[in-house]
Amino acid sequence: MQQSDFLKIVTPFQDKLYRLAKRLLVSREEAEDATQEILLKLWSKSKAIGSYNNVEAFAMTMTKNFCLDRLKSKQAGNLKLVHSNYKEEGTSLQKQVEANDSVDWVQRIMEELPEQQKMVLQLRDVEEYDFEEICEMLEMKPTAVRVTLSRARKAVREKLMEKHNYGIG
Amino acid sequence: MELDRVEDLLARYFEAETTIAEEKELKEYFARPDIPAHLEQYRPMFGYLNSAKSERFTGKVPLKKSTGVSLKRLYPWLSVAAVTVLMVGTYFGKDYYDQQQLEKQKAEYAYQETRKALAMLAENFNRGTEKVAYLNEFVEAQEKIYNKN
Repeated sequence: MQQSDFLKIVTPFQDKLYRLAKRLLVSREEAEDATQEILLKLWSKSKAIGSYNNVEAFAMTMTKNFCLDRLKSKQAGNLKLVHSNYKEEGTSLQKQVEANDSVDWVQRIMEELPEQQKMVLQLRDVEEYDFEEICEMLEMKPTAVRVTLSRARKAVREKLMEKHNYGIG
Repeated sequence: MELDRVEDLLARYFEAETTIAEEKELKEYFARPDIPAHLEQYRPMFGYLNSAKSERFTGKVPLKKSTGVSLKRLYPWLSVAAVTVLMVGTYFGKDYYDQQQLEKQKAEYAYQETRKALAMLAENFNRGTEKVAYLNEFVEAQEKIYNKN
């Protein structure tokens, strides 16, 4: 397989790999390292790539396993917290500033979720995969995915409510 | 979108029973500026979930290196290399040390021999000086004679 062919396969979903890695590892540098590692692993298996029926799901599973291993290993002890700025369009400046604050807050809430919930929420609500794909990527049963997703969404809502009621957000 | 429908979608959303299309509807709804106050609290959640997708992977993919070994995988071998260097160093270092010691011994021996030779020379010189002392007698006697005259 030529490099250009490989890149053509990988480019559509490499951002998704990166975002999943960042969701789990939090730090931008760590996530970039992880994504590079995964892409290199994929490239080293590029001869076999034709035999996978869903390369994207396969790559996602690799990313998940890689990041969970990373988290388990000692290296996870010195992860850094990195905050990014997110834009929200179509609101007045004042609202936008407030929204930016609370959007950041949602990100921080998500950092506190258990890994399983983080991943399901990321894959469903950010990447918009359907349940079958998520089952395949996370090696989970459909009911388990649904339960985890519901719990994750409710957990975010609950934390957000607390914040909202304190009047800080 | 009607309020009833939004509330119904929200309820199902939190039970994870909505479809992707319905979730998109929700995200679109919460991106609007005019949201009833009691729903305002959900705005950041959908706002964030919607915006989180825009993050891009900016790293490079060093594919050329893929046939070789990455630096991280080389890392464990560093200890092996270090031990090898140490062992080779010890081996040749010992050789060098022995050589140095031998040279020192040789130098010491040469020094001792030279000292012996010089000592012999000095002894013989002393003997020579004794003999020359007799000559002094002659010079003194000669001076006495000159003085008398």
